[in-house]
Amino acid sequence: MIDRRLFTHFDWAILSVIIGLVCVGFASIYSATHIHMPSIYTKDMYWIGIGSGMMLLAIVFSYSYLERFAYVIYGLSIALLISVFFIGSSFSGAKRWISLGFFTLQPSEFAKLALIIMLAKYFNEKLISDKGMGLKDLIVPAVIMIIPFLLIAKQPDLGTGIILWMIFWSMAFVVKIRTRVILGLGALFAAVAPFGWVFLKDYQKARITSFMSPESDPLGSGYHVMQSKIAIGSGGFLGKGFMEGTQGKLMFLPEHHTDFIFAVLAEEWGLLGVMVVLGLFLALIISGINTASSSKDRFGFLVAFGITAMFFWQVFINLGMVAGIMPVVGVPLPFISYGGSFLITSMIAAGILLNINMRRFIF
Amino acid sequence: MSSSYFKDKEPREFKGRVFAATVLIGAAFFTLLFRFWYLQVKEHSYYNELSQNNATRLIKAVAPRGVIYDRLGIKIAENRPGFDLYIVPEDVKDWPKTKQMLASLIDIDEETIDERLEKSKKRPPFQAVKIKEDLSWDETVRVESFKFEIPGIMLDVAPKRSYVFGEATAHLLGYLGEISEKELKEREEEGESYSPGDLTGKYGLEKYYEKELRGVDGGKELEVDALGRKIRVVNWIPPYPGNNMKLTIDIRTQVAAWIALKDKVGAAVAMDPKTGKVLAMVSTPTFDPNALSTGISRDEWKEIIENPLNVMNNRAVQGQYPPASTYKPIHAAAALEEGVITPETKIFSGPSYWFAGRAYRDWKEEGHGIINVHRAIVESSDTFFYQVGLKLGIDRLADYTKRFGFGTKTGVPIHNEKAGLVPSSEWKKKTYGVKWYEGETISVSVGQGYMLTTPLQLLNAYAAIANGGTLWKPLLVEEIKTPEGKEISRTVSEKRGELGISEKTMDRVRDGLRGVTHDDGGTARFLSRTTDLKIAGKTGTAQVAKLIKRTKNVESIAYKYRDHAWFAGFAPYDNPEIAVVVIVEHGGFGASAAAPVARELFKAYFGKAEEAAGIETAPAQPAPPQGGPAVVPISTEGRKPALPAEEARD
Repeated sequence: MIDRRLFTHFDWAILSVIIGLVCVGFASIYSATHIHMPSIYTKDMYWIGIGSGMMLLAIVFSYSYLERFAYVIYGLSIALLISVFFIGSSFSGAKRWISLGFFTLQPSEFAKLALIIMLAKYFNEKLISDKGMGLKDLIVPAVIMIIPFLLIAKQPDLGTGIILWMIFWSMAFVVKIRTRVILGLGALFAAVAPFGWVFLKDYQKARITSFMSPESDPLGSGYHVMQSKIAIGSGGFLGKGFMEGTQGKLMFLPEHHTDFIFAVLAEEWGLLGVMVVLGLFLALIISGINTASSSKDRFGFLVAFGITAMFFWQVFINLGMVAGIMPVVGVPLPFISYGGSFLITSMIAAGILLNINMRRFIF
Repeated sequence: MSSSYFKDKEPREFKGRVFAATVLIGAAFFTLLFRFWYLQVKEHSYYNELSQNNATRLIKAVAPRGVIYDRLGIKIAENRPGFDLYIVPEDVKDWPKTKQMLASLIDIDEETIDERLEKSKKRPPFQAVKIKEDLSWDETVRVESFKFEIPGIMLDVAPKRSYVFGEATAHLLGYLGEISEKELKEREEEGESYSPGDLTGKYGLEKYYEKELRGVDGGKELEVDALGRKIRVVNWIPPYPGNNMKLTIDIRTQVAAWIALKDKVGAAVAMDPKTGKVLAMVSTPTFDPNALSTGISRDEWKEIIENPLNVMNNRAVQGQYPPASTYKPIHAAAALEEGVITPETKIFSGPSYWFAGRAYRDWKEEGHGIINVHRAIVESSDTFFYQVGLKLGIDRLADYTKRFGFGTKTGVPIHNEKAGLVPSSEWKKKTYGVKWYEGETISVSVGQGYMLTTPLQLLNAYAAIANGGTLWKPLLVEEIKTPEGKEISRTVSEKRGELGISEKTMDRVRDGLRGVTHDDGGTARFLSRTTDLKIAGKTGTAQVAKLIKRTKNVESIAYKYRDHAWFAGFAPYDNPEIAVVVIVEHGGFGASAAAPVARELFKAYFGKAEEAAGIETAPAQPAPPQGGPAVVPISTEGRKPALPAEEARD
């Protein structure tokens, strides 16, 4: 199982990037919560511990097992998502968690990984013409994505649902879709989107309208974005210093340790800190792309690309929303936002990336 | 390895699209970097000014709790506006002067102020600290007129809980209190957001349904000047009220029960036997939930919890008593069903019954003569049931008793309900490691000995007798609605079990209970003479001396807990609509102490039209300024003095 040669191929640079991000995350969570919610950062330490263990497991076992057990992994994640409706616990209107006594599990997080593995297996075994996939070819993979998506949307968890869509399109895109189909679907989406409005929950609608013009509703939903922007902007180039931020900690930024953690970071560390973190994420994503390109087989390529796409969209959507250039959809920032299942999932994903990377020469 | 067409092909085929993706990623990161540069460098001074000038003060806008209604829609818990005094420590210029001024303006000492400040040390900067809740009108005026001399002081309106019927619903509804550190931690673990100083349900339904009743707090961001004086409201995130609750309680019956019991120590509960809906639940002595909910001094609190009568005990679900003679109908049902006796079986029931060299006495010195089970219930003969109990045996008796719901919690939505106790030979072996003695069966057969029940359990059992054999789970909440009126949940009657006893047997038992109040020699005969409500029921007088035989300090306790008076019954006996149980602690005989209280409940419940009209107008009257208990007496004239002693029978 463990080949001595594996160590020589192990990419310590990627690991350092991940460790760097986790440390930045812990520091920000500590700064945001040590006064009012001291239990949060202590719990975060447990998550980091568990996440590291899981990451190690994800590195050690060859990723070819993932292909072999793809159906099982996918089936289990669907079963977990369904079970949320029966044994899940709800918090502020959403039913997303399964309580396991000492900690709560959020199955929608793990569903993202299961989807990547399942799609990779499917695309790997599929014959695709040189022109790319037509509409018919997209039906089966779309169904693979839609099942967990509907279950997650029902909870409701719009943010994770959107990430599933982005993973699906990214992977389908890289496998190749006919140009005609891309254009056609783009036009269709533009036409149908207004109708989708009807199905959104009130708070989701409010988030989108407030994104369009936050100043028009500074008292309600736009408030979040406004406060976030004040926190970021007041940080300046050098920032106010670690634990010196004032804006991000005010109680009116209620998700300051989860979705809006980056506002706390940007306030305290300034543009300098923002650049460092952006650089770390960019390094992670570029090495993810490299890992994909250099992987020894197609399955490895697809999994690595899917994971990279997941990281990319999470980073882009989260930072865009914190900086006020995207609607607030509740996508957390990998390795940095607080959330047990989320951190563990991200670390497992990073582990798989390292796994694929170090086995690139071994057949 | 599974064989697949592409398996051995290198992923070079993707090259072009991977490049496209890389370009997209680069563009995205550049956009983000540009945006952060724009916010943090280009617009830095603007946002920095905003943050500096966040000369704003945050005040929590407390959400009104859900309104609680009785089954007819009469408000029994609502919210009224009240003034709270806040202090923003960052704005205070001169602490000694501020404290001194405050102490002279409002009823508070400097220590309490320090204590308050200490408690909220961990607040975000510029967040106001609540110093005193619910100021009186005079205090409000005084603070308002001196506020310019003491910077950092702020007044704000917040909803205050008001219990319309005050003490009458105290144990049932409970009260609110500031969240304790322990509760704060527990809630945080459950994922509920509370902060120090928040109010939370501390008791009764307020506690049990905290999650439903509590709304979502909003916030007010006030722009202030250099002295911290309010200029305008910058941001207002409106609070969202909690869900409204309609109870199964009939407030007329509830208040009548309280009036009848308020000078006694005990409990009264009533239930609709057809559905298990609880109509009234009163426990005395009681407390003033209005005073408790809006802050009470330490001395007042001490007085309440140190009261030897244990005020904070909801006797209806937490008091455990031997059921005494009210247990006889259940015993009779078991014996008839098991064929140990038939309705015609006549047994000599003398003044005492000799067993194993000891005389077990009957309450009636001259005995009852040769009687059947009907007369035995009517006259409440002890010696009759001693003999039947011995024939039946403890374990068969225990089996039937459990079917009536004794020994297990009823599942009523109130915390810390007690389970009572149904003794059996197995139980004794397990608990004491000793075998069961037949002499103990004799005690249990008349509801004494180890046997314990809460008033609610007994009520549940009598409701089952009344409805022919279904044991319903007691319900308190009829429906829960959002503030917009959307129904969230509606209660459905839920069975705890079926008695599994034949209709014939149940008829006999009910007939016996009717006899208690209607036949000559019935122990509560006066109930049919003074009212025309077709009441059937049973009296009981509980002696707990035997129960505590195991304790060393027998004398003191035995004296204190002697003779609890019971009444359990239902009406009308031919089609029961309400079942009632009353216990009066050391009240003497059941017939003289408990039955008259029960009669008040029956009368209030059936006295629909005119009395209901009187009550419905009550909440419309202006509430007393200090939120004192606005209890509306229904009809005090109905209260009759207890019967003369010679008529009082067990």
